Amino acid sequence: METMNAQHIEVNEEGYMKDPAQWTEEWAHEVAREYNINLTDKHLALLKWLREKHNEGVALNIRKVGKSGLVDIKEFYQLFPGGPLKISSRIAGIPKPVSCV
Amino acid sequence: MKNLLILGAGTAGTMMANKLYKELDPLTWKITIVDRDDRHYYQPGFLFVPFGVYQPEDVVKPKAKFLPRDVDFVIAEIEKIKGEKNEVLLDNGRTLPYDLLIIATGTVPVPEETPGLKGKLWYKDIFDFYTYEGTTRLAKKLETWKGGKLVINLAETIIKCPVAPLEFAFLADAYFTEKGIREKVDISYVTPLPGAFTKPKATAMLSRLLKEKGITVIPDFYLERVDEDRKVLISYDEVEVPFDLLVSVPVNKGDEAIERSNMGDEDGLNFIPTDKETLKSKKYDNVFVIGDATNVPASKAGSVAHFEGEILLENILSYINGEPLEARFDGHSNCFIETGFGKASLIDFNYDTEPLPGVFPWPVIGPMGLLKINRANHLGKLMFKWVYWHMLLTGKKLPVSTHMSMAGKVTTE
Repeated sequence: METMNAQHIEVNEEGYMKDPAQWTEEWAHEVAREYNINLTDKHLALLKWLREKHNEGVALNIRKVGKSGLVDIKEFYQLFPGGPLKISSRIAGIPKPVSCV
Repeated sequence: MKNLLILGAGTAGTMMANKLYKELDPLTWKITIVDRDDRHYYQPGFLFVPFGVYQPEDVVKPKAKFLPRDVDFVIAEIEKIKGEKNEVLLDNGRTLPYDLLIIATGTVPVPEETPGLKGKLWYKDIFDFYTYEGTTRLAKKLETWKGGKLVINLAETIIKCPVAPLEFAFLADAYFTEKGIREKVDISYVTPLPGAFTKPKATAMLSRLLKEKGITVIPDFYLERVDEDRKVLISYDEVEVPFDLLVSVPVNKGDEAIERSNMGDEDGLNFIPTDKETLKSKKYDNVFVIGDATNVPASKAGSVAHFEGEILLENILSYINGEPLEARFDGHSNCFIETGFGKASLIDFNYDTEPLPGVFPWPVIGPMGLLKINRANHLGKLMFKWVYWHMLLTGKKLPVSTHMSMAGKVTTE
């Protein structure tokens, strides 16, 4: 079982939080730094939205984020370069998005 | 008299009409099915048309031929589903009331979603192959194409038959090899997925195969637009991929009538929020959804529609009898993957179990190799055309279990 930082938050082998309830903003900042991302208010608003959607049981995809009213897909890529949904999900403390095929 | 209305007479809708016709009392239930088109396409055959394996006429037959005579077949466009009123409005002004509704309106490629895709290069240097028109035009293009950069691109992750683009790549490799111009063709497979496929064991096998065949995979590429003048694909993070010939799998969406009825999922793709086990609509109690039209996390494919059909039949009969819906769809999917040169592979999986190697115990036909590449699987794939027209559409039981079975599968290597 792997843990991150002094708060002893349990994560899986890919670094995704096992219990989303353990999430803190401080933890998000720490994970974001691994990706060289400095979290702005815009980032944090989006993380909040992702966490809410996860709690509602919504299976997320990039298009849904693009329809969130917070960012379009282009901005989502700019906020979390490389793999926006995978990276933002990890920082938001929710499970890695699954693909159905 | 009660009305059971089916929207869409494709694979799923036709199959349900046949199954329900056999089960329901004709004195109590009238079955009506609506579709805009009177032709039925054998969609798995579209893959083979560009390479001259099937001729266009091999993949189309009249829809009416596969529907029971006493099922009312209405040819019209669906204007709107009025779930609160239990009725469906058609574009000809007619209103069809229902007691029970099955939505099987499928999915269509929508190239208009991506700027530059359906523009001046459409059907000149850019083709789709999931439509009758696209695949027949692509066949003509390939006949005279002299080579260059062939790019196969998936514009979205949620597409009909997720293995078909890979099969296209394998068949293209074989086609140009047999034509003697393979060295003049540079084949790239450009996908928004992190690899050739999503599930680990199948991805490993397919990646190995792509490599052997000299096909380059460009993963994590999410298409934003096509620059028609420079002939390049551009992703949302500004990565560019040049092409001479683009074989595109455009964004797939559910039917526009779903959008007009305000019944689509929140990503705007018009797939209907559906209970992934009972196949009941999440919005209306007397509405069920099957096949590509749902948002359930399974592949959009005929085999999935078939397995869903067995579950849906049970649940609809339970619903009619006022009993709880007990049949549960497990996400079962089963598909042949054509790999070129007369060989194919086979995968079998569900919501929880990824495609595993081993053997698939197919009664009558005999065991087939899972995640293996051989001639028997290819013959199975070709034989499936007969099974489709004669058994699957007409709702006959196939010798394959509805729930995925672990028999024959190897879980450790």
